[in-house]
Amino acid sequence: MDTLDLVWIDVGALDAVPRQGARVVKTAKGDLAIFRTLDDAVFAIDDRCPHKGGPLSQGIVHGHAVTCPLHNWVIDLDSGEAAAPDRGCVRRVPARLEDGRILILAS
Amino acid sequence: MNIYAPGRERLIVIGNGMAGMRTVEELLKRNPGRYDITVFGAEPHVNYDRIMLSSVLAGEKALDQIVINAREWYDRNGIALRTNDPIVAIDRAAKTVTAASGLVEPYDRLLLATGSRPLAPSIPGLHLPGVCAFRDIADVETMISASQRHKRAIVIGGGLLGLEAANGLSKRGMRVAVVHLMDTLMERQLDPEAARLLQRELDERGINFFTNGQTDEVLGTDRVEGVRLADGREIPGDLVVMAIGIRPNIDLARSAGLLVNRGVAVGDDMRTSDPCIFAVGECVEHRSKTYGLVAPIWEMAKVCADHLAGGEDTVSDYVGTVLATRLKVTGIDLFSAGDFTGDETTEEIVFRDPARQIYKRLVVREDRLVGVVLYGDARDGAWYFQLMGTAEPLGELRDAIIFGQAFAGGKEADPAALVAALPAEAQICGCNGVCKGAIMAGIAEHKLTTLEGVRAHTKASASCGSCTSQVEQLLVLALGEGYAKPAGVKPLCKCTSLGHDQVRAEILAQALKSIPAVMQALGWANDDGCHVCRPALNFYLLVAWPGVYRDDAQSRFVNERMHANIQKDGTYSVVPRMWGGLTSAKELRAIADVVDKFDIPTVKVTGGQRIDLLGVKREQLPAVWRDLNAAGMVSGHAYGKALRTVKTCVGSEWCRFGTQDSTAMGVALEKMSWGSWHPHKVKLAVSGCPRNCAEATIKDFGVIAVESGWELHAGGNGGIKVRVTDFLCKVETEAEVLEYCAAFLQLYREEARYLERTAPWIERVGIEHVRERVVADAESRQALNRRFLDSQRFFQDDPWAEDAPSAPASGAFRTLATVE
Repeated sequence: MDTLDLVWIDVGALDAVPRQGARVVKTAKGDLAIFRTLDDAVFAIDDRCPHKGGPLSQGIVHGHAVTCPLHNWVIDLDSGEAAAPDRGCVRRVPARLEDGRILILAS
Repeated sequence: MNIYAPGRERLIVIGNGMAGMRTVEELLKRNPGRYDITVFGAEPHVNYDRIMLSSVLAGEKALDQIVINAREWYDRNGIALRTNDPIVAIDRAAKTVTAASGLVEPYDRLLLATGSRPLAPSIPGLHLPGVCAFRDIADVETMISASQRHKRAIVIGGGLLGLEAANGLSKRGMRVAVVHLMDTLMERQLDPEAARLLQRELDERGINFFTNGQTDEVLGTDRVEGVRLADGREIPGDLVVMAIGIRPNIDLARSAGLLVNRGVAVGDDMRTSDPCIFAVGECVEHRSKTYGLVAPIWEMAKVCADHLAGGEDTVSDYVGTVLATRLKVTGIDLFSAGDFTGDETTEEIVFRDPARQIYKRLVVREDRLVGVVLYGDARDGAWYFQLMGTAEPLGELRDAIIFGQAFAGGKEADPAALVAALPAEAQICGCNGVCKGAIMAGIAEHKLTTLEGVRAHTKASASCGSCTSQVEQLLVLALGEGYAKPAGVKPLCKCTSLGHDQVRAEILAQALKSIPAVMQALGWANDDGCHVCRPALNFYLLVAWPGVYRDDAQSRFVNERMHANIQKDGTYSVVPRMWGGLTSAKELRAIADVVDKFDIPTVKVTGGQRIDLLGVKREQLPAVWRDLNAAGMVSGHAYGKALRTVKTCVGSEWCRFGTQDSTAMGVALEKMSWGSWHPHKVKLAVSGCPRNCAEATIKDFGVIAVESGWELHAGGNGGIKVRVTDFLCKVETEAEVLEYCAAFLQLYREEARYLERTAPWIERVGIEHVRERVVADAESRQALNRRFLDSQRFFQDDPWAEDAPSAPASGAFRTLATVE
């Protein structure tokens, strides 16, 4: 991949997402869930559980993980992987904080 | 001291484990004076219960509690015990054995009880410190010491032994990963469905699983640092426990020239290929089978003792054992026996109750029970096992057999009645082969009053302990109320070892008023808990400190955070409250307008006499509520662990049978109780006459009008497991109905565990307890009523209304940004 194609996009203020919570960003590839964990880390993953497509943005956030509201699959925000015994992976989009703003990497 | 007495034969036992010593015990019962006995053991310990090593690991038992035979036993019976001194050679021609210490001893009879060795794969890194097996006391000491200094453990092997190791290490506070070669756990004892239930349960306890995982290498330089799997995955860990299986320990027998295959070959008389040498236990191969469980080994010990005690003409045959397995991981009820996989000649009877995590599968061949797997409710294990043993045709029993002995026999499903109904010859303890009759006789003969007493005298439940509950039932049967049962506690979630009740008690005792305060004070394992504990803590705190505790939206399940019910496609359903099931033209018009305006796809009448608007998008919710609010409607809390509906019939106002105004009573109850949060959903109903059209007897709190007043009922449920209410009492006035209802709801809020509905709660605490607090004790009732009404001052606000304290921050409904 040519790094010149990569652009960090500002999707909003950190304060717009509650701690242990998430908000949704609409993209051409579908909804993206933006998470803010207790330690103020931010993550962006597809807002679709690999199990039955549940909106992960609506789940309970604990540690660096979210529990899908439909059937309690636990998705690791660092890896996008479902916790065992469930198996599946959610697409991650790089996200970072800069001056209190949340940036995601568009490709 | 072993003094050689002329005339006595010399018996040497190689192996100081369970099989060898049980054989010696059986021999002493039969013919105590025949032999001078010398026992050689490789371990530096007396004879102990290897099965209980998992209890030692889990911290439930101390090492001295698992000793089977102490030194005094050896002394008393004149047995010379040489620990820490394994036999290294047998000279069959000279009839002597040589120990590692150099000692040479002659024998007339030799008993091989060398047990088994842990299997080790041929992979690099096994020599590293921090790698151990799970076989003896030394291994357990390694594991316990690792758990005190390190955090992460990896268990290789998802069989019985591996899972016990994983559970024990997890209880000692380690984060545990289990690597299992196969697709499902315990595949030799469980069918895939039960295995998956087990995996889920253990997963809830915080054990991570890597199934289909082949371990390629143990990583580390000075100490173990993790493992690498064949598919490239690396798992970090500070302790690696190899529990992939055991192999009969046959080296000594082989070098002595005895016939060996996988194990030391023995006949039905437990003799090896040398008639002077016997073998028992895990080192043995009998009729091409080897055994790793204790029940067959006890049977072997008896047969072997018969032959050691008797003459050459002794008739006593070991003919193999049908195996039954109970898993002894605390809190998991699991049983399997016989041929549970089945084939084309078998039929299956399967029972599933996913909500209660119960699964039963019976395998029937030619009308006979040949296999069984029970998960979640293994009470009937002994009965099924017995049916397998008798191998009688099932006949009519087949219709109800899956429901267990109580139902198949037409009796109530009460565990005490179940055990009481067992015949005296029914086996209770599979490990030690103890039947009900022997336990009852032991209780009577020795005047036993405790579980420990029964264990000591009869050995029932003394090995793996999984028949403990049945033995306790027998104690209750024999002693009635004279037997006081010790309690065990199931942790609230994987973040803590404390149970629900303990956590609640600490919240009050330590005046803990926020979720972080609870987690800090009670030593939570994870900084911000998990999806199991956070909603529970949020509820416990708001019940404990109404008006003080600040509700934590992020610890609420999505429905309670969004004040609507999430559906499978991620949209929501909206249910406005209809007081007592009453509505009006104005309300219906407003609902119709909302449906049109927001293009709501489905409108449905609910079972609780309200209207459900399904398919509302997240972004639409605030606007939908605004329009419904404008017509005077409020949230119906159809989404919450909260007061849901009060179902009514039309009552005396219209119905020609009605005796009281049930609709008005229902509205009054709903006005009093709406907005209240509960451990689980709560449904009320009021019927205007005993015809009970509002189905009040399957509601959490049901009111039925009679000529002279109102009957109050509690604890009903129309769900998966239908439960009819228990009758609480009869009252005369509407004010009393309200007071008793509020008191009942508050008692439920204060005492039931989160996600426990009134029906199981009452089953647990007993209706008498509820009657005592709500009916008999007026002071208690009034205090409960006061606390309920006091709490309601803070919670009766419509979460849909924009200025309500509980109204969600609107950001939750909006999209943060849109990017191309």
